[in-house]
Amino acid sequence: MSFVTVQDLFQTYDDRPILERVNVQVDEGEFIAIVGASGCGKSTFLRLLLAQEYPTRGAVRIAGAAPAREPGLDRGIVFQKYSVFPHMTVRENIVAGESMRTRWGRFFGSSLKAARTRADETLARIGLDHVAENYPATLSGGMQQRLAIGQALAARPRILLLDEPFGALDPGTRLSMHDFLQDLRTETGMTVFMVTHDLEEAFKLGDRVLVFDKPRWDPHDPSRYGATITYDFDACDGGIPFQRLKEDTHVLQAK
Amino acid sequence: MRLINIKPGRALALFLALLPFVLVLIAYAVGSDIRLSANPQDKLLPAPATVVETMQRLVTEGDRRTGRILFWHDTWASLQRLGLGIGISALVGLMFGLIIGLLPLARSALAQFVAVLSMIPPLALLPILFIVFGLGELSKVVLIVIGTLPFIIRDLSQRVLEIPQELIVKAQTLGASSWVIATRIALPQVMPRLIQAVRLSLGPAWLFLIAAEAIASDLGLGYRIFLVRRYLAMDVILTYVIWITFLAFAMDWMLRRASRRFFPWAEDGL
Repeated sequence: MSFVTVQDLFQTYDDRPILERVNVQVDEGEFIAIVGASGCGKSTFLRLLLAQEYPTRGAVRIAGAAPAREPGLDRGIVFQKYSVFPHMTVRENIVAGESMRTRWGRFFGSSLKAARTRADETLARIGLDHVAENYPATLSGGMQQRLAIGQALAARPRILLLDEPFGALDPGTRLSMHDFLQDLRTETGMTVFMVTHDLEEAFKLGDRVLVFDKPRWDPHDPSRYGATITYDFDACDGGIPFQRLKEDTHVLQAK
Repeated sequence: MRLINIKPGRALALFLALLPFVLVLIAYAVGSDIRLSANPQDKLLPAPATVVETMQRLVTEGDRRTGRILFWHDTWASLQRLGLGIGISALVGLMFGLIIGLLPLARSALAQFVAVLSMIPPLALLPILFIVFGLGELSKVVLIVIGTLPFIIRDLSQRVLEIPQELIVKAQTLGASSWVIATRIALPQVMPRLIQAVRLSLGPAWLFLIAAEAIASDLGLGYRIFLVRRYLAMDVILTYVIWITFLAFAMDWMLRRASRRFFPWAEDGL
């Protein structure tokens, strides 16, 4: 039984099909990169995974549970921007990852102290301990995204969704964010879905790369048909697993 | 060099800022001098010296009958009405703004209603208020509330709607309930906007206050102006007008300071 099951998913906006018959199964701990041209339903697919929208047909199930009707604790999300609360300091943002689910949305007394200590540990791990008292607006783009990921993970979601999280970052920052994400992943073994425009990034980070495209195309009415998953690459070892397989089995190894 | 690229230095900026004030003062002094030299009994434009004299008399000497210094009593009565009216407007406006902005059900029920309500000219309701609430404090406070509340509700509900959807979704993925989203996300984010809306409402609030006081009152800045109008006491009127202007400016300045002080994260939005 796979962890995330997407079954026969259709999404239509005012009679305009966006997604058609999307089927995919994902095991726990897999890193799924999602690529495709603009307007090919990648982001729609992510919103459906997030349960921010409800599909026209079909369902997304996590660990066999009933399809969610609204975003909840089991799905964490990091957007390209606006992912952290601007009116809270960096530390408060991390604490909010745990406290938002409580009755008043905040901790008091000893539980607040404990949450702050945990937040400081998280901040040290993601390298933001020196700016704990600052507001996010004073942080660079890369730091804000690290904070957003740290905050999402503080809530301990079952799957983490990333919507072009590094799209607005410069190339150098982007590379260090890749290292950061890979470290976090080895640490937590989290199931991740990441939408990206960058193919290289997709094959570098992903275990699998899903390509969204329109399988049918009406030249007189381009919006006639929706998109679906057209390729499902195995991207372990940078997308060349069969080469590795051949080398392992057919090449004489020095003993 | 293009005109749009010429920026004044500090000294020049200060000079330019003071210039219009000085020009108005000079224009008034000249006008007053021309009229007074033609007719020393002229009451329309009293000499600046006379106005200053009156000012001193008003703020220090008590009323001949009661001994109260009416100037301060007027100020206190007006500020009380204004503060109460604006305070109630801000509080109720904040509540309804959050509810309409966050809950689609409330939005469907109330948004159009508030839009229609805001079109009613508040002064047209003043006679009704006097009939229903009497001529006391209540009708004046209610007029200020009616005059400023619809604007504050509409402005704040719009600001709540402008909070990026990403933040609301993010809060949901952290397990926040509607209540927590309202109090921990939306409320702090619209607080600077509330102060902004109150600042913009101060002008109308003074208008409604003075209108209500002019018609039926026995104390208050607006009442005094309309009382002494009968004697063409321009020196008193001018003193009160300058004082009201100063009070309004000081309130605006304090609200702006408070906003910077309490919401440092919203600096760029103000």
